[in-house]
Amino acid sequence: MKTKERLQIPPVGMQQQAASERIHNQNEVPLGFTPEEARLEALRCLQCKNVPCIAGCPVGIDIPSFIGFIAEGNFQDAILKIKEKNVLPAVCGRVCPQEEQCQLPCTVGKILKTTEKSVSIGKLERFAADWERNSGSVSKPKLAPKTGKRVAIVGGGPAGLTVAGDLIKSGHEVTVFEALHKAGGVLVYGIPEFRLPKKIVKNEVENLQSLGVEFKYNYVIGKIESIDELFQEYDSIFIGTGAGLPRFMGIEGENLLGVYSANEYLTRANLMRAFDFPNADTPILNVSRVATIGGGNVAMDSARTALRLGAERSLIIYRRSEVEMPARNEEIEHAKDEGVEFHLLVNPIRITGNEEGWVTGMEDIKMELGEPDASGRRRPVPIPGSEFIVDVDAVIVAIGNSPNPLVAKVTPELKVNRWGGIIVDEKTGETSIKGVYAGGDIVLGAATVILAMGEGRRAAKAMHEYMMNEKTD
Amino acid sequence: MNNYEILSKANIAPQVTRFEIYVPKIARKRQAGQFVIIRTWEGGERIPLTIADANPEKGTITLISQSVGKTTFELANMQVGQCLKDIAGPLGTPTHIEKLGTVICIGGGVGTAPLYPITQAMKKAGNHIITILGARSKDLFILEKEMRNVSDEMIIATDDGSYGEKGFVTTALQKLIDDGRQINQVIAIGPTIMMKMVSLLTKNYNIPTVVSLNTIMIDGTGMCGGCRISINGAIKFVCVDGPEFDGHGVNWDEMLKRMGTYKKHECVALNQYKKHHREAEVA
Repeated sequence: MKTKERLQIPPVGMQQQAASERIHNQNEVPLGFTPEEARLEALRCLQCKNVPCIAGCPVGIDIPSFIGFIAEGNFQDAILKIKEKNVLPAVCGRVCPQEEQCQLPCTVGKILKTTEKSVSIGKLERFAADWERNSGSVSKPKLAPKTGKRVAIVGGGPAGLTVAGDLIKSGHEVTVFEALHKAGGVLVYGIPEFRLPKKIVKNEVENLQSLGVEFKYNYVIGKIESIDELFQEYDSIFIGTGAGLPRFMGIEGENLLGVYSANEYLTRANLMRAFDFPNADTPILNVSRVATIGGGNVAMDSARTALRLGAERSLIIYRRSEVEMPARNEEIEHAKDEGVEFHLLVNPIRITGNEEGWVTGMEDIKMELGEPDASGRRRPVPIPGSEFIVDVDAVIVAIGNSPNPLVAKVTPELKVNRWGGIIVDEKTGETSIKGVYAGGDIVLGAATVILAMGEGRRAAKAMHEYMMNEKTD
Repeated sequence: MNNYEILSKANIAPQVTRFEIYVPKIARKRQAGQFVIIRTWEGGERIPLTIADANPEKGTITLISQSVGKTTFELANMQVGQCLKDIAGPLGTPTHIEKLGTVICIGGGVGTAPLYPITQAMKKAGNHIITILGARSKDLFILEKEMRNVSDEMIIATDDGSYGEKGFVTTALQKLIDDGRQINQVIAIGPTIMMKMVSLLTKNYNIPTVVSLNTIMIDGTGMCGGCRISINGAIKFVCVDGPEFDGHGVNWDEMLKRMGTYKKHECVALNQYKKHHREAEVA
C-alpha cells in the first residue's frame, strides 16, 4: 500500500459505552477494537524508517514492527514484539498518555497536522494485549539460565512489577514485598475500574507469578524488615514504594466530615470496593454534590467516580484554565461527556461546615492568568472581590502527594531530597546505598504509570549488571 | 500452624475478646505502642488494632478487640484454628521509652490493651508506675492482673462505685495531683472522650501527657490520609506520625466528630451482618 493510500484511511474510532449509561456502572468506557478495526487502524502506520514513535516511548517498544504484525493479522507476533519491552501492555495501552509520548512525533499526525490523527498506538497495544488474554494462551517469554542471585522488590506497583518482569527473565530469583493485600499499587487502589479493569491487573500479576515471581502481601518494609535485614537474604533491592501522604491546600475546613484526599476517596472506591457497600464492608459517603480540587488525571478519576457513586453534581475546581490542565484530553473529554462541571480559573479559599462538622459548601475566588511562573505556565492570580460560595456536601482534594515516607524514615543512609523523594543516579536508578535502586513515584513524586515503568526498566538493567559483576568480584 | 491463625480465644469482658494469633514475623518485630491492620475476609474493611502483647518464641501476638461494629463482631465470631484474611504490621511509631521518674498510666475500658505493653516497657526502663484503670462498672475491666504486675501502685475507678473508687479516672488523677505527688508524665489510653478529659486536666498543671489515638484508617502505611488529625493546628497522620501524640496539642472536638463520619454506614453494615449471622446460625 502506498503512503498516500494509507493517509487516506480515516482514523478508526473506538466504540465507547454511552455516557448516560456508564455513569451508572463501573465498566470500562472504551470497548476496544475488533480485529477488523485494529487491522484497518494498523494500516494507517507508514512504517517510517526514522521511527520517531520509538523515541517517544519511555520503554522503547518497537512500535512499527508490532503495528506491522497487526496489519497482517498476525496478532500473536504483535504481542510478542510488545512484550520484548513492556511487561504490562494491557495496562499501558489504557493508561499511558500516548498523545504526549509515542503518538506526539508520529509522522501521520504531523502530515495531517494534528496529534489527534496520529496512529492510535495505545489502542493498538491494548488490542494486542486483550487479544492474547482473551485467546486463553498467554505466551511465556524465555527465561535466562538461573544466576543464583536474589532480588527484593519493595512495592508491587508499576515500577516494581516492571523490575520483577525484567529480572525474572534475566534468571534471577525475584520476591515482591507488597504492603497492601493486593499487588498493583496505584493500578488497584487509584485508577478506577472504568478506566482499568482490575481483572487485567490481576492477570498481569498472575503472569509474573507463573514466571516464578514470588509475591508477599501485607509486608510493610521499613516496619517488618529493614533494608539491612533484606540484604541478609537478597543481593539487590529495588524500592518502588510510590505515593505517600496526600497534600492538602492548607485552607480552613479541610478536616471537616466529607473532605477526602483523592487517595482516600479512590482507595475506598477501588481497592476496598466501597461502591459495593454493604456487600463489601468499607463505606464511602453517599453525597449529592461533590467538588474535586485539582486538574490532573487523579482529579478526573475522582470526579467521575463521584458520579458513579450517585452524586447529582460533580464539580472540578481548578485554578488555571483548561489548556494548563495536566489531565489527558481523553480523560477531560470523558469527564465532560459524563456531566462533570468544570469550574476553571477558580481557587478555593475555605471549606464551610455545619455544627456537627459536615461540609456544607466551599468559598472560592475567581482567578485570572498573569505572567508565566517557574513551570512555564501562566500564574493564576486572584481577582479581588470575586469571592463566591458553592454549595457542596463533599470535597475531594486532588492536588498531589509526597513520596511514601516509611522506608526513608527508618533508613538514614538513604538520601532523600527536601520533598522526601529518594535521590538516585539518573543513569542507573541507584540510590545512595550500594545495591539499592529506586524508581517511580518514590523518586519522581506524582508521575505516570509509564514513567514509573521506564524507571523500573532502567533500574532492572543496572541491577542485573550490578549482580553479575558482583559475582566475578 | 498457618500465618494469621487464631491459636486461642477468650472472652475477657462483655463484648471484649482476646486472641492469640500466629504471625511470627510481627511477634518478633513489634514494639510497645505499635498496631496492626487486619481484615477478616476478602471483602472486609481494613481496621487498626493495637498489639496488646507478643510472644516472640511462640510466634504469636495478642489482639484485644471490643465488638462495636460489623468487622469486630465478625472477628469475635471467628474460631480457634481459623485464619484472619490479612494482618499487616507492626505499624506506627513505637512509644518513646525513657526513665522519667513517676509515670501515671491511665487506661479506660479496652484502652488498657494498648496501654499494657507501654506500661511494661516504662516499668522496665526504671520508672515508678502508678496505674489508674477506669470503667463504667466492675465487669468491664480487662488485663487488671497483668497491669498490677507491672505497676508500683494501682488505682481502680468505676463510674458506679461497684469496684475501687467511685468516679472517673480524672477524679483519681486529680487526687494524686492534689496530694502533691511528683508526676513526670501521664500516658492515657481509652475512649476519646476520656483522653480529652485527662489532657484538659493535666494541661492546667503542665504535666506532659501522651495519648494513643485510634482513628479511622484504610491503608495504615502513610498513603490515604484518612487518619489525619490536627495537632496544634497542623495536620498530622496517626498511622505514621502516631499513634501517640501530645494530648495537649490534639484538637479533640474535631477528632470526635471525624470518628463519627460513617456512623450511619456502620449501623447498616452491623444490622445486615447480625441478620445474616442469625440466619446462618438457625440454618
